[in-house]
Amino acid sequence: MVSTEYIRWFSDIGLADRPQVGGKGGSLGELQRANIAVPPGFVVSTQAFSYCLDELERQSPIRTQVEALDADDLEAITACSQALRARVEEVALPPQLLEELLSAHAALATAGVTPAVAVRSSATTEDAADASFAGLQDTYLWVRGADETVRMVRNCWASLYSVESMSYRRRRGIPESQVAMAVVVQTMVDARCAGVMFTRSPTSGDRSVITIEGAWGLGSAVVGGEVTPDRWVIGKITGEISVRDISDKAIRHVPLEAGGIVEEPVAEDLRRTQCMSDQDLQALRAIARRVEKHYGHAQDIEWAVDRYSGDILLLQSRPETVWSVKDQVPVARPVENPLAHVMSIFGGRK
Amino acid sequence: MVDKRTEAKAFPLPSSLKIVPGTERAQAAYPYYTQFTATDDQRFWFYNSMHFPEPMTAFDMVTAEAAYCALGASSTRVHCIPTTLGIDHRIINGRVYIGGNAVTDPAEIERRTNEFMQRAFYYYENWEGLYAQWREKMMTLISDSRAMPPLALPEFEPLEQVHAGRGVASNHFLLDAYQKTLEGYFRMWHHHFEFLLLGYGAYMTFFAFCKKAFPEISDQTVARMVAGLEAEIFRPDEELRKLARRAVDLGVDGQFKENMSVEALLDSLKSAGEPGKQWLKDLESARDPWFNINVGDGFYHHHRSWNDDLSMPFSALPGYIQKVKAGETLERPVEQLQAERWQLINDYRDLLSSDDERAAYDQMIALAHRVFPYVEGHKFYCEHWYTNLFFNRIREFGALLAKHEFFADAEDVFHLTHFEVESAIIDLMNSWSTGSPPRGPAHWPAIVAERKAAIKEWAKHETPPALGPVPDVIDDPAIVMLWGITRESLETWLNAAEGGNSKEIKGFAASNGIAEGPARVVKSVQEISRLQQGDILVCQVTNPTWAPIFQKIGGAVSDIGGSMSHAAIVAREYGLPAVVGTGNATLRIKDGQRIRVDGGRGVVTILE
Repeated sequence: MVSTEYIRWFSDIGLADRPQVGGKGGSLGELQRANIAVPPGFVVSTQAFSYCLDELERQSPIRTQVEALDADDLEAITACSQALRARVEEVALPPQLLEELLSAHAALATAGVTPAVAVRSSATTEDAADASFAGLQDTYLWVRGADETVRMVRNCWASLYSVESMSYRRRRGIPESQVAMAVVVQTMVDARCAGVMFTRSPTSGDRSVITIEGAWGLGSAVVGGEVTPDRWVIGKITGEISVRDISDKAIRHVPLEAGGIVEEPVAEDLRRTQCMSDQDLQALRAIARRVEKHYGHAQDIEWAVDRYSGDILLLQSRPETVWSVKDQVPVARPVENPLAHVMSIFGGRK
Repeated sequence: MVDKRTEAKAFPLPSSLKIVPGTERAQAAYPYYTQFTATDDQRFWFYNSMHFPEPMTAFDMVTAEAAYCALGASSTRVHCIPTTLGIDHRIINGRVYIGGNAVTDPAEIERRTNEFMQRAFYYYENWEGLYAQWREKMMTLISDSRAMPPLALPEFEPLEQVHAGRGVASNHFLLDAYQKTLEGYFRMWHHHFEFLLLGYGAYMTFFAFCKKAFPEISDQTVARMVAGLEAEIFRPDEELRKLARRAVDLGVDGQFKENMSVEALLDSLKSAGEPGKQWLKDLESARDPWFNINVGDGFYHHHRSWNDDLSMPFSALPGYIQKVKAGETLERPVEQLQAERWQLINDYRDLLSSDDERAAYDQMIALAHRVFPYVEGHKFYCEHWYTNLFFNRIREFGALLAKHEFFADAEDVFHLTHFEVESAIIDLMNSWSTGSPPRGPAHWPAIVAERKAAIKEWAKHETPPALGPVPDVIDDPAIVMLWGITRESLETWLNAAEGGNSKEIKGFAASNGIAEGPARVVKSVQEISRLQQGDILVCQVTNPTWAPIFQKIGGAVSDIGGSMSHAAIVAREYGLPAVVGTGNATLRIKDGQRIRVDGGRGVVTILE
């Protein structure tokens, strides 16, 4: 499994490779580098996308057409989106790329079985808006078979020309030359339960707690807000579980045999059952601490527990943005005479 | 800053509190300066159920009086706390209500701040030296008390005293001994408060920093970062564990059986040959001084010490012995606990957002560590050791007065105020000198009977947690630090008075974990023998000297107390779920009810 210009295995990439592998791809590579378990996979690099886009440009312009759009002219954007998506979805892959992609896909097989994969957009721009931009492109879950995988890679590329994505770029005035799309292809975890966690409190900003949310089945139900997840607050250092809200988890997402995922009701006896054991929660806490330490920054993490092995795997980790941008006025500063600190107790209200 | 939520709610006024009918004379026994008067309606008072959870007898009132005399001296005049003077106290139906005396004028606060910094900062800077000096003062006080001669009224003055020309007769030495006893007790309380407010203040400084930097940190985690591991208060229980191990090593462990009387156990050990004698010798050396610990907080005469009543420590021995035989390590792994504490401190330090914050954190925790040995250590010397000596000395006067038929039992002396005890002593001195019978035997028995009945009666009546107008804020650092009373806790009390969710009781999360079991509502220390394996202890105030029973119970709940209380620390060491500071768990939970204690969230749920 050797990385090439077009195909980059997770083990060969890190955050510094974001221009070629996008934010999502870079983060998965970085996690693997930090010895955090992630489902195996590779990234179809931005070079592959650029190669195909250049081919299409030669037939008729794309970038200039997008840049000419008025951000407020929804009608024109919609028409342009339909046309461009159709073109990208039909683009022929150069033989070398196709061959490398097919053999990489085949290399994901274990014991002769090719797994279902997740095909996820990992778009990138040169400005710092990555975080909100990243969510505008498509992700395809439980994709089965090599041909279908190739098709979904093209669909991810095409989703760069969705109405939302193009409107966003026009509003921000992002030059099309700075926009690139990598695609993550990754063995998909059939999750017993899955969810998200934050390495600081989303409500108070406390850096000493980890907030974990999880529900039965695939994480898409939690991320998409389709189920109220169980919620725990755990002391990052002490491991004390200070909040334990077990919710009524009415539905879950599960894979379809033929490919894709489906929502189904949760069995009555499981609905109000805590979806993670305390032991698993502590394991998540340990992982969260390692990830945060590796990045040196609070993280927003997606995780899943493999239905069969019980292993905990991370699907995504990105920097926490809400509290980090808030002013960081020190709670207290050192003073020349340390005793002066006691005046905060004895000196009355200031 | 009027809080809209409580505008309509208020606590009853002191003047609306009625003396329980039939106890008027017993109430009148408390000194005039402790009786509520009309002007007291304008102030906020709260029931000090932390220190005085039961109605207190006329004599035991001295523990409030001496303590507030010394506490106020420290805050008002010695260290000059800028924002507060002392604590006033009032007694009604045997219950002690207290009220702070805040300083609010900014100019006065500034004037006091200048004084405070010259005094308090000197103490912080010279803490170790002053604390070493403190121990010496306490040890002198203790040995003076132990050296006092026995009380005696001989028929004739001893010949050698006459020949020596002492010129002062034996009856005078009764008064002298009594006054010295009382003086020693008042003095002890001054020692008690010499460092206390400053110590708590330094701890609170660090605590408040942690709460700001880590809004969701639990109180217990902050306490764990600061708490010492070798404080004197842990020693009695440790000595007991050592004795358990010794019993196994010496092969006399078979002598220890559940529910065995102290006498039977001591007899069986005496007849157990050399090993039995050796164990008894070890017991004796542990007893002095470590069994000078009482089963309460030292505020009541009936909180007897382990030395006075061995049944408490002995009841724990069979359990400890079983653990030793099962191969458990009973000794606290101090080095490991020490390392864990530093790991905790450093881990939290790493989470701070800047080097500035880390530097401030280092400064504050260094001061908290500096003061904490006193905060933890003083109780053994003051509330336990010296207080035991004091009450036992008063018992000697009780025995002397009982011998002269002032009342039936030596313990009855505690139904007289300390002024009345002095008058009874003078009566006896007069009688000895005149040769006429004392007047006391005709005077005191009826009064004692009346007051005993009143104490019983008062215990049956609940008393409001607070009185008077609800303050906008609680600004008095002493009240916040020592009683953990905040504007929020008043809110809880007001809501509890209105009902609220009757199944759920909130308090401070003191020790993590969840336990379910039958509640054993223990209103006084004499009842703790009712606790069975797996029971959940529900009490007004938990006490570290109850440590041995923590091996039996499944969890603990208290009305009053904070996460830095020793009870919370002991609960954590035993890994027992505990919720403290619930305000009224002993009133809301019925004995025998199944309850669940969630020590991580600070919630107690009544399950039936």
